[in-house]
Amino acid sequence: MTSMALAQALRSDRHGRLDMLPYARLLDLRFEQDDEEVRLVMPFSIGLVGSPGRLHGGAIAGLLEIAGLAAVILAQQGAQPDADRLPRLRPVTVTADFMREGTPVDTIAAAEVTRLGRRIINVSSRAWQVDRGRPIAMANINFLADWPDAGA
Amino acid sequence: MTERPVLTPEQRQQRFVQRFLGAVPHLAALGIAYRTHGPDWAELEMPFADQQLADPDYGIIASGAIFTLMDSAAGFSVHMALGEFLPIATIDLRIDYLRGPAPGATVVGRGSCYRMTRQIAFVRGYAHDGDPDRPIANMAGTFIVTRPPVVAA
Repeated sequence: MTSMALAQALRSDRHGRLDMLPYARLLDLRFEQDDEEVRLVMPFSIGLVGSPGRLHGGAIAGLLEIAGLAAVILAQQGAQPDADRLPRLRPVTVTADFMREGTPVDTIAAAEVTRLGRRIINVSSRAWQVDRGRPIAMANINFLADWPDAGA
Repeated sequence: MTERPVLTPEQRQQRFVQRFLGAVPHLAALGIAYRTHGPDWAELEMPFADQQLADPDYGIIASGAIFTLMDSAAGFSVHMALGEFLPIATIDLRIDYLRGPAPGATVVGRGSCYRMTRQIAFVRGYAHDGDPDRPIANMAGTFIVTRPPVVAA
């Protein structure tokens, strides 16, 4: 996966929607960024429900993965502003912990790049609802970066 | 009087599982449906649909969609092992994405519950796009089971 479209969206605006990405559109995601980080917001909708009144864990994991991806893109743009040379990013392993049930309100996610390697990038992604100090789920994600000119 | 087909207990259970799954909105949104099950395992399938794509430029299914498929297959395997639909919740789930599914392929997710304790169910499984010997993802996880309180005699 990834995503010149996501990189472009993050470059061109401080906030916006991710409708150009079909799965992100299914989750109805929008992003907002400041100097610190990019946050993804997933508003509640009935299509996210797993068991009655609760978000499906898979939807939360999907949000965590895209928040991770966005954080990696921002970190890479910071390290290498020449956007044409961004790699394709693929999650290799995702380990998600679910701490609290997802209630029918907005869910927000942001991720921290713990190590920005050239090939392997380690990310810690967190999702919360009302209180950032009480995460509903977290994921450790390891991305593989495929550079367009691998070997050069 | 309408004639009702006589269902075997297994068919009856299958029909129940199908209805149960069909009533889960996020599975319906991704087109995830029942496939088959056994005493402690379950298979769901996700026929290709546009809304699963991570990025239209690459035509690759979002890993989040595969995560949803696997989480649900794992959860259903726990229900099968329990023999009833007690409340369960995912504690943790790890997925290794081995390779991307073939474009347009139906992805099958299989979960099996290989150990059950009073409170914790341990699951593993994999996803494939046609050949179970060539999986596209591997999965391991745990669920917490909420059983009704034991009433003292």
